Amino acid sequence: MLNDVLLLAATGFIAGVLGAILGIGGGMIVTPVLTLAMGVNIKYAIGASIIAVIATSSGATIAYLKDEMLNLRVAMFLEIATSIGAIIGALLTGVAPTSFLFVLFGALLVFSSWNMIRKLRGKSDSVVNMQDDDLSKRLKLDGVYYDKAVDKEVPYHVKNVPGGFSMMFGAGFASGLLGIGSGAFKVIAMDTIMGMPLKPSSATSNLMMGVTAAASATVYFFNGSIKPEIAAPLALGILVGATLGSRLMQHLRARVIRMIFIPIILYMGVQMVLQGFGVKIG
Amino acid sequence: MKQSNETKAKEMHDVEILIGQILRIGVIISALVILFGLILLMITQTSGYPGNVFPDKPSVILQGVIALKPFAVMMFGIFLLILTPVLRVVVSIYAFAKEADYLYVVITTIVLIILAISMVVGYFGR
Repeated sequence: MLNDVLLLAATGFIAGVLGAILGIGGGMIVTPVLTLAMGVNIKYAIGASIIAVIATSSGATIAYLKDEMLNLRVAMFLEIATSIGAIIGALLTGVAPTSFLFVLFGALLVFSSWNMIRKLRGKSDSVVNMQDDDLSKRLKLDGVYYDKAVDKEVPYHVKNVPGGFSMMFGAGFASGLLGIGSGAFKVIAMDTIMGMPLKPSSATSNLMMGVTAAASATVYFFNGSIKPEIAAPLALGILVGATLGSRLMQHLRARVIRMIFIPIILYMGVQMVLQGFGVKIG
Repeated sequence: MKQSNETKAKEMHDVEILIGQILRIGVIISALVILFGLILLMITQTSGYPGNVFPDKPSVILQGVIALKPFAVMMFGIFLLILTPVLRVVVSIYAFAKEADYLYVVITTIVLIILAISMVVGYFGR
């Protein structure tokens, strides 16, 4: 039993570090380890992974707040779109054409990874979006963060609010209907569509993930999907990992974070497209 | 005018620090409860429940916590962890109110209401 506890805590630690750096929650690391490596029933694996998302979010955000890395206004404004999307998605389970949506959202991830590769080859991570936007001004979404990797304050503007809002709605919709993590979509909405720098995008995504996951976690908690002997050591490992990961992230260059991010969303995208066509891998 | 701006900025800074501490304490408490349950499980070598049973009803969990049953304590800690994002939303409303940013008091309250509705629906619709 001690072996299992240590293995779960170690898995959680790694998922927490990665999830906090990338803003993707860590469920995509936890679920395969639980089901494939440990033979855990998928029901309990899903329950554990939703706890993993909350632990990553809470562990990461308690480290961020003081450093003003996350943009609370962007988070709360976009959270409306995500949570309404998630509710509608959950309500449409069994009605909406899931295979089509898997292909659509998978293709979106593949396209975004291509987009990010172009960003990586350009110089855009050292150039901050200064484009003004009427809506983002009225909503006071512009922000400033302290980048420890380059040792200076970085003020930034937020653009294309309606585009980001729609993407967030889509991300919530997809997670409610298809049961996929929406962290990658959240980061893409802020980074690619709204022109926020990658680090605040990741931090803000992590905050939002926890809020969205809290609702579904309640369902899983009370319907017996959360096994304490799995979720407890996992959560502890993640809390430690995420606190460390978010500190580490502040010192990493955006380029480095992007280089870890790209293969992960590419993999997720391909996996989702294949699932849409009825092929299941991983 | 400059003077009052500075005091306001300092006040905001204090509010942010306070919120940071509240959230940190919330997360640490839930982690400690989970850890305590896990240590109890290790020491007693029993979950407190027969076979593969684990508690998922509020009343059973609370009774188990009082009786210091390891699984019940762990579940209670996990439930506290689930509540930490809710705590985050609640204190954010307070922060925006302190800042007299009423647009965001409204926006964040809407988020809290949506969250509360989906939690309640989730609990009864399980």
